Amino acid sequence: MLNKLIEKFGEKTINLLKSFGRIILFCFSGVTNIFTLPFQFAKIIEHMWFIGTKSIFVIILTGLFTGMVLGLQGYYSLVKVGSEAALGAAVSLTLISELGPVFTAIMVTARAGSSMAAEIGVMRISEQIDALKTMHINPVRFLFSPRIIAAAISFPLLTALFDVVGIFGGFISGSMMLGINKHVYMDTVIQSVKIHDINVGFYKAFAFALVTTTICCYRGYYTHLYSGFGARGVSLSTTNAVVHSCIAIFIFDYIITFFWV
Amino acid sequence: MDKRKIEFYVGLFVIIGVLCTGYLFIVLGEISFVKDKQYPVYAFFSSVSGLKTGAKIEMVGVQIGMVSKVNIDKERLLAKVELSIDKNIELSEDVIASVKTSGIIGQKYIDIQPGGSDIILGPGEEIFNTESSLDIESLVRKLIFIKNNK
Amino acid sequence: MAIPLIQFINVSKNFGESHVLKGLNLSIYKGEITAVIGKSGTGKSVLLKHIIGLVQQDSGQILIEGQPLSQLSPKKIKLFYQKLSYMFQDNALFDFMNIYDNIALPLVENSRFPKDQVNKKVLKRMDQLGLIDIEKKFPSQLSGGMRKRVALARALVMDPEIVLFDEPTTGLDPIRKKKVHSMIQEYQKKFEFTAVIVSHDIPEIFNVVQRIALLDDGIIKFEGTKKDILDSQSKILNDFIAGKDI
Repeated sequence: MLNKLIEKFGEKTINLLKSFGRIILFCFSGVTNIFTLPFQFAKIIEHMWFIGTKSIFVIILTGLFTGMVLGLQGYYSLVKVGSEAALGAAVSLTLISELGPVFTAIMVTARAGSSMAAEIGVMRISEQIDALKTMHINPVRFLFSPRIIAAAISFPLLTALFDVVGIFGGFISGSMMLGINKHVYMDTVIQSVKIHDINVGFYKAFAFALVTTTICCYRGYYTHLYSGFGARGVSLSTTNAVVHSCIAIFIFDYIITFFWV
Repeated sequence: MDKRKIEFYVGLFVIIGVLCTGYLFIVLGEISFVKDKQYPVYAFFSSVSGLKTGAKIEMVGVQIGMVSKVNIDKERLLAKVELSIDKNIELSEDVIASVKTSGIIGQKYIDIQPGGSDIILGPGEEIFNTESSLDIESLVRKLIFIKNNK
Repeated sequence: MAIPLIQFINVSKNFGESHVLKGLNLSIYKGEITAVIGKSGTGKSVLLKHIIGLVQQDSGQILIEGQPLSQLSPKKIKLFYQKLSYMFQDNALFDFMNIYDNIALPLVENSRFPKDQVNKKVLKRMDQLGLIDIEKKFPSQLSGGMRKRVALARALVMDPEIVLFDEPTTGLDPIRKKKVHSMIQEYQKKFEFTAVIVSHDIPEIFNVVQRIALLDDGIIKFEGTKKDILDSQSKILNDFIAGKDI
């Protein structure tokens, strides 16, 4: 009984280590294959359209309301200590170094990451990945590398959009609805935001792009290893891809904040 | 979706993204592309508690620059502050720099009282007259001390 | 007899608990078409996948022109694989690409053909297989038979020397079936290519191929030329051809 338990635990640990090694190798091979010629320009554009352009509306909507609720909540907190004038600083700093990159990454993962996992998963179970191999096309380079590049470009741009819209959202609730002087709001925003904060926000966006694309593509690519062939397998890997990506986003957010702020 | 259309919308997306990035960096981050718009002068304080890099420098209530460095002068054991003053502002050598607070818990900033001397401070020179930040705690302590002695 | 182009020696393969191939021996000769027949689910596709390297054997060896595949230099292996082309049982068409891009993909990704030459090759293949005016359509918009033909076009577009067909005619009507068969035959005459066909089209397939192998229970139960079949007293072969349970 105990023996079996230990055996099972050991097996689980080994499997975990194996997947960990596999995902790192997968990521590494995807990144190095970005630089093998010919450059897959058309595919990058296509994925940017999917990851970036199609996310604009969602990002504007979530950014606006995040900013508005920050303005509202921040106002009620700050007004207690009589420094509601610092609302602009509170809204912009939380947005730029924390919420902007994290929320953008989560929204894009939910939108594009899930479909990456599903699409590649379906390709796996319908032997399309094997077909690529029989045509001497490297499937990792063909499927994964353009997505990394597209995500690495799209995530920071979407994050910037989220930040700007969010700051405007804070302006709407703080200044237009709750009556903080609009110049004071913008002035505190400009005063409090430093280059360093913006840089950290962009580091985060960049890291999240790499992490979520890797996890989502990896899950799809190895659907057959984790959840077997069939529609059930694909749905399971899609769910797992999104959940694991979100967990990874929070972990990496902590790590980056810890080291860079 | 047509390829041309995709290219167009991706281009649009990138432009929007770059505009937002630019706004963040240039307007909020205050990156100045033109260097030498400001010149440095130095000031030594016995305490600059609460003063941060990037704090405002004001003269008669108008911003004329920002604090670009705060560190310790090891020989004199004073806080050495590098002030970046806008090029178009000339400071005479007898100005008084003091660390002040905006509002009760607000940010620290440096206020410069204009002087009357004809000698103008050049880049890299030192402001001699300084007032350190007001330490409320020590004021209170002093007050109690005086009271007790009576 | 000449050295076989591809030879299986004692090849075994397990997937977990199920033993799919149990010490299989098979020879495929250059310039000949070999048909692999047998019941569904006996590992015919697995056999083909061994040749193209999608599946590795657990034990035994695969010889390429007399030399074990595992001992060839990576460069030679690559060269060998480049001669190969594979047509999947379920087509494995890329559903995010239109038909034209699907067929053109091996050309576009592997060789530096100029665009007009790619175009010419692809259109020629499509024309041969009766795929007209569907360049801009997507695989999901086509019927099963059409998809099969697109997959066939894709497998042949690189002018491969060795083609592995996994049930190329399943789901086609008799006329199309005949067309595919005669096309394979014609091809062989023209380019002298080597082919392995997994097929259930008995007896039509016998007119197309030179050699026949019967796979059952993980091993080749019968292997020989067309003439051997007619002369054969093998009960198992005759039973299978006659549709009796073996």
